[in-house]
Amino acid sequence: MSSAAQAAEPWWALSYRTVARLRHWGLRGAALLYLGLMIGLPVAAIVNEGFGKGLTAFRDAIAWPGGTQAIVLTLWTATLAAVVNGLFGTMLAYALVRYRFRGRQMLSAIVDLPLAIPTLVTGLMLRALYGSTSPVGRALEGVGIKVVFAQLGILLALCTVTLPFVVRAVQPVLLELDIAEEEAAQTLGASGWATFRRIVLPAIRPAIAVGALLTFARSIGEIGAVWLLSGNMPGRTLTAPVWIYQLAYQFKEDQAAAVATLLFTIAFVMVMVTTRLARTHTGAEQA
Amino acid sequence: MSIVAARMPTDDLKRRNRRRCLARGGILALCLGYVAALLALPLVGIAWTALKPGWHVVTSTFSLAETRHAFYYTGIITLITVIITTVFGVIVAWVLVRQRFLGRSLVNALVDTPFALSPVTVGLACVLLFGRGGWFEPFFAARGIQIMFALPSMVLVTVFICIPFVIREVQPVLEEVGTEEEDAARTLGASVTQSFLRVTLPNIRWGLSYGIALAAARSMGEIGAVLLVSGLIQGKTETATLLIFRWAEERMWAEAYVVALTLAAVSIVIIAVIELFKRKRVREGAR
Repeated sequence: MSSAAQAAEPWWALSYRTVARLRHWGLRGAALLYLGLMIGLPVAAIVNEGFGKGLTAFRDAIAWPGGTQAIVLTLWTATLAAVVNGLFGTMLAYALVRYRFRGRQMLSAIVDLPLAIPTLVTGLMLRALYGSTSPVGRALEGVGIKVVFAQLGILLALCTVTLPFVVRAVQPVLLELDIAEEEAAQTLGASGWATFRRIVLPAIRPAIAVGALLTFARSIGEIGAVWLLSGNMPGRTLTAPVWIYQLAYQFKEDQAAAVATLLFTIAFVMVMVTTRLARTHTGAEQA
Repeated sequence: MSIVAARMPTDDLKRRNRRRCLARGGILALCLGYVAALLALPLVGIAWTALKPGWHVVTSTFSLAETRHAFYYTGIITLITVIITTVFGVIVAWVLVRQRFLGRSLVNALVDTPFALSPVTVGLACVLLFGRGGWFEPFFAARGIQIMFALPSMVLVTVFICIPFVIREVQPVLEEVGTEEEDAARTLGASVTQSFLRVTLPNIRWGLSYGIALAAARSMGEIGAVLLVSGLIQGKTETATLLIFRWAEERMWAEAYVVALTLAAVSIVIIAVIELFKRKRVREGAR
């Protein structure tokens, strides 16, 4: 096509360099415009509204019944979810990589399920199993463990939704880890636990941190899975995202934005630390 | 291993082997138990709860016009979201990998922002931009374009949530394949379009498919973001997840569970497809 155009050389024909430059800037412009409009603008709107009235909107929001508790509840359940999934996620990744057993592929697929299942459906799933309509839920209530309409349910929902994060962060690192080192340690008489603690753990620690931080960031924003499970009782099971929704629903947009800005700032720092960690870590691997 | 076995006292070896088997069994049992409690059993629970009242509930739920409309609406939103995030996602990934410019790391951070923002906050941002008294409200109101409580706002918030998926899957693949093949194609006389369609696209296809599947799953199940902007207009702006939400509030649990089970089934199909993509990617090397 270009050779034909060059042969005819109509007056509007652009030189090859001009076309290349146009493409270069066009693509960059499209990318920046897309991200700026779709991400930058909404974030600016939230932060602007959140800081718009100084700290008064935030103080008003906190004054609502259950406000402070909602933020505290969200922060500690998210922390606990990150710790629990950090532990079990590491174990799952280790089992998936190092052990060969029947149903391994199946287990790997099930671990990915929360990436695809709507969070609201996840909440309903847990409610169906642990609610008072199911034998399991009744049995647990008989022992005195209440899941639905309780803080335990919130934790369960968060752990379910974020299950893949740590597993998927740790798995590739474990896969690349040379198994010869572990075998050498065991040959030299180290116990299985000592081998894991001295050789495997130092290698996968950054990956665990990445997964756990992502879990935390996702958890403090989760609403779908929690909604139908927690009962949203102010002061007891009302979480911060649900509270933000309720504030916005009552046309208290400034107060909602103030709380949202607080949560966003915390989560944003986490995500930034995560990407920095992930990048330096992969960089070290390449070197 | 055999040399070691010959040198070690058999008793000691036996004891260590037994301990390793025990550790393996313990870890596997913990992993399976955790996944069963969070995902496998709740899935059984929801299937059992949804199908227990009988098949007629399923047929009657799907004969309702609002059910069919909700799934249709979910389909439309998912389709538009996937198209937008795919096209622009590839462009952004390309620009971030192939071009060097000031503020590139800032743009990288911007791409990660949706991971840090609660879906409710995204909905709130949309209200602040397009709702009553919002930044762009006068502009669109003057032209009679309905953004809020209609399809445009619902697509906008869903796109926001789904932006990172395609970018984050395509970016590493683009980085890994490098520019040699493209340069070769260009030297041999291929146009930019040809080299993209024939060289770049086949190289990134599994990563791209993986990202698209993740985006489709997420947009299908989004609830937090659309909750505020949809206006919850029955039979009009109701997606499948919003329908579950309303029926749960109205205590129509049987119907809510049927819709939830359907969505869960769809997401299981998506996960099966994702597993397929993953295996293909592994088989074709780093791609």
